Amino acid sequence: MRYSLTPAVAYPFLRILRQRRFLFNRWTVGTLLVAALIATPLVAVVALALTPSDDVWQHLVETVLGKYVLTTLHLVLGVGLGTMVIGTGTAWLVTICRFPGRAVFNWALLLPLAVPAYLLAFVITDQLEYAGTVQSLLRATFGWKNRQDYWFPEIRSLGGAILVMTLVLYPYVYLLARAAFLEQSVCVLEVSRTLGHGPWRSFFSVALPLARPAIVIGVTLAAMEALNDLGTVEFFAVNTFTAGIYDVWLNMNSRSGAAQLASVMMVFVIALIAAERLARRGQRYYHTSTKYQALPSYRLHGIKGACAFVICLALVALGFLLPASVLATYAAEFYTDTLSTNYVRYVWNSLSLSALAAFAAVSLGLFMAYGVRLNGGFVVRAATHFASIGYAVPGAILAIGVIFPLGALDQLIDAISRTTFSTPTGLLFSGTIVAIVYGYTVRFLALSYGTLEASLSKVTPNMDGAARTLGHGPAATLRRVHFPLVRGSLLTAGLLVFVDCMKELPLTLILRPFNYDTLATFVFQYASDELLEESALAALTIVAAGIVPVILLSLNIVRSRPGHALEITKEPVS
Amino acid sequence: MKHKTITFAGLFGAVIIGAIAITSAGDTGKEVNLYSYRQPFLMKPILDSFTDQTGIKVNMVYAKKGMLEKIKAAGANNPADVVLTVDIGRLNALREADLLEPVRSAILETNIPVHLRHQDGFWFGITTRARVALASRERVKPGELTSYADLAAPHFKGRVCMRSGKHPYNVALLASIIAHDGEAAAETWLRDLKSNLARKPQGNDRAQAKAIYEGVCDVALANNYYMGKMMTNDKKPEQKQWAAAVRLVYMDQDGHGQHMNISGAAVVRGAKNRDVSVKLIEFLSGDFAQKLYAKHNHEYPAKPDVEASALVKSWGHFKKDELSIEAIAKYRPLASRLVDKVGFNDGPNS
Repeated sequence: MRYSLTPAVAYPFLRILRQRRFLFNRWTVGTLLVAALIATPLVAVVALALTPSDDVWQHLVETVLGKYVLTTLHLVLGVGLGTMVIGTGTAWLVTICRFPGRAVFNWALLLPLAVPAYLLAFVITDQLEYAGTVQSLLRATFGWKNRQDYWFPEIRSLGGAILVMTLVLYPYVYLLARAAFLEQSVCVLEVSRTLGHGPWRSFFSVALPLARPAIVIGVTLAAMEALNDLGTVEFFAVNTFTAGIYDVWLNMNSRSGAAQLASVMMVFVIALIAAERLARRGQRYYHTSTKYQALPSYRLHGIKGACAFVICLALVALGFLLPASVLATYAAEFYTDTLSTNYVRYVWNSLSLSALAAFAAVSLGLFMAYGVRLNGGFVVRAATHFASIGYAVPGAILAIGVIFPLGALDQLIDAISRTTFSTPTGLLFSGTIVAIVYGYTVRFLALSYGTLEASLSKVTPNMDGAARTLGHGPAATLRRVHFPLVRGSLLTAGLLVFVDCMKELPLTLILRPFNYDTLATFVFQYASDELLEESALAALTIVAAGIVPVILLSLNIVRSRPGHALEITKEPVS
Repeated sequence: MKHKTITFAGLFGAVIIGAIAITSAGDTGKEVNLYSYRQPFLMKPILDSFTDQTGIKVNMVYAKKGMLEKIKAAGANNPADVVLTVDIGRLNALREADLLEPVRSAILETNIPVHLRHQDGFWFGITTRARVALASRERVKPGELTSYADLAAPHFKGRVCMRSGKHPYNVALLASIIAHDGEAAAETWLRDLKSNLARKPQGNDRAQAKAIYEGVCDVALANNYYMGKMMTNDKKPEQKQWAAAVRLVYMDQDGHGQHMNISGAAVVRGAKNRDVSVKLIEFLSGDFAQKLYAKHNHEYPAKPDVEASALVKSWGHFKKDELSIEAIAKYRPLASRLVDKVGFNDGPNS
């Protein structure tokens, strides 16, 4: 016998082969190609990690590695838990409860999304440190003379970093949880009430489990963002794993050592995501009911209503109003400094780059999510999931992963062009904004893919079945059935990527061509010297440009609920 | 629906064309391409006058990391001609990766003293900066602090503020101590310094002066030009108060002399505009640019006969550590590891 594989080994292998679709389906091949395109920079980082790196690991293990890991776990758990509780809680409040200001908080709770974490860190430190407004006021009120007279929590700390990141990242969870709550059929909640569950019990035993996939995606995004952050943790002197990666790279001159650490982090993230998926294996979340009427709403009276109001207000005030007003004050004073530069061009660069990247990320994200839906084989699934972890890789490391493959491609094209047409092509990709758009897409694909995957997963396969029975191919089904159904999520995904691109810094700094600045890079050159005031107008523009998408997002979510008009015209049930 | 699609496609096309048009605008005539670790707003006045005087356009990318990898990845297509850095660390990393081109130039060799440039012309120091001590005028008597060793003495327990031990400026200082006194002595010094800290290392150089002003600590380290920048800061007048609260102290005047670092420039290997590149570095080392560096940024000109700014001169003459910059570069990785080994960035209570 030519094949001597034992049945146990051979079975999965044969099963893959038997799935002829896997080998010949155009969609499968296409999905794998797109996944490969997106995963190339990640693979490049892993490849860099395979080059020798002196004895960096031994040094790290003996000295700081344990501390890095512990600090990072604290940070990620803190931000994960914080965003989960705040995001889910506020989403439930504004979706299902009536309290003063609800209509405004509905969209205002999203506003902190427009504020880059490093800006909030800067502004909050300004207020809370010794010379800041809060402590000065306390000293004046209580007659304290100096530091020794009282105790005040240190803002430049792990706790401070968790606070700041939670404040700007909870909107991811809020956004997705709220969309999930709105999409829930009223039937399940009614059934829950019929079975004698009160509002709390209904929330914990029905609404929350149904929204789990959405909440998990939101928390994962927030946690990955916390994991790859450098600006905020550096400012707060918190020594995380990511800070360690940069240290190994730049201070110990070990690029491969840094790539190894980054690869370890990727493995950690993949393991976490896999563990969560395994935990809800076999559970599917389709909406089959078409009964969408106004969600039941609980009117919060007196103290309860006031609490809800204060909680929401505090979040919006700290995460948005405070930084925006501080920036506005600076901008009013120093706007001429910014206007005397190429300000208009920076605005254009930021907007055009972000729009291009949003379009690319959404198109590729939809393609991949649909490809996985058509063929949920292990290989396709694994490839797409790997491709969407660019979000967890520190930006500058990802940039290195982008420039090496692009540089090699450019060299190849240049060599071919020189020999065939005797014209050099130079840096066709790596020296132009193509590199930035590519980098953004790799980095933020998780946002679009996650959103679209969650959205598609709620469309019952009966729909696909019906369309295919009626003679549509996969492409036509996507265009005529799924596209209209997930249109709202496409917009959500695009806007999320857009807002994040506006704020993006490390990738942009490294990948940009000569004489090319975005608002974020312009702000950075001043902020890195703690001269933020002089670029406050540009910083404020980043925030302002984020507000429009945020409001669009909010309207979009409300509209996404079939029959939402009912909700407006009908008197709330109390 | 059709209309919408067409409008969207049209708009999108316009964005793509617009975005690309901007990057390829205007490349005519002579130019030089610069990768800069220094902020553009600091370099702009100097580079603008270079363009005015020579007609050569300067294109620039500013980043604090990744420039080396960018040059490496582009291979023969690398567009960068000149690299500007703020410390010796990056120059040395580029040299070790074999990405720099040796330059022979009579002008550079006259303008820049031997110990501030690479012996084979791989890089050149353009300005020098002193990492001095700042001492509280109120709480530290003159003569109480005179050396880096003093900072680590029991006398200053709980009174020292520091920026991150991993910051290139502090790594370079520690490297110079290793070069002078050996690894073991440097480690002991760092350990003692850590136990003297008033708080976990944090903030930038200005933040150290601010902390002394606020009474968090009594002594700290900072590059001297930050004193100049704070004292003359009309946009943020509170910084003048921070500066007024501290006295600038040159270190080790009875020993090796004050530790110095450089900001530097180098030509990239295979630079397409090599001649113009050398011209730019020569310009940066010349009287005109050196005066601008001194005036705007309060750094010490590398060219010996160009004077420091009036303000910097008012702080008096001092003895500089003449340790070769190459020696500092050599010990940087080791210094960085010592910071980990001692757990310096964990702060005093760890």
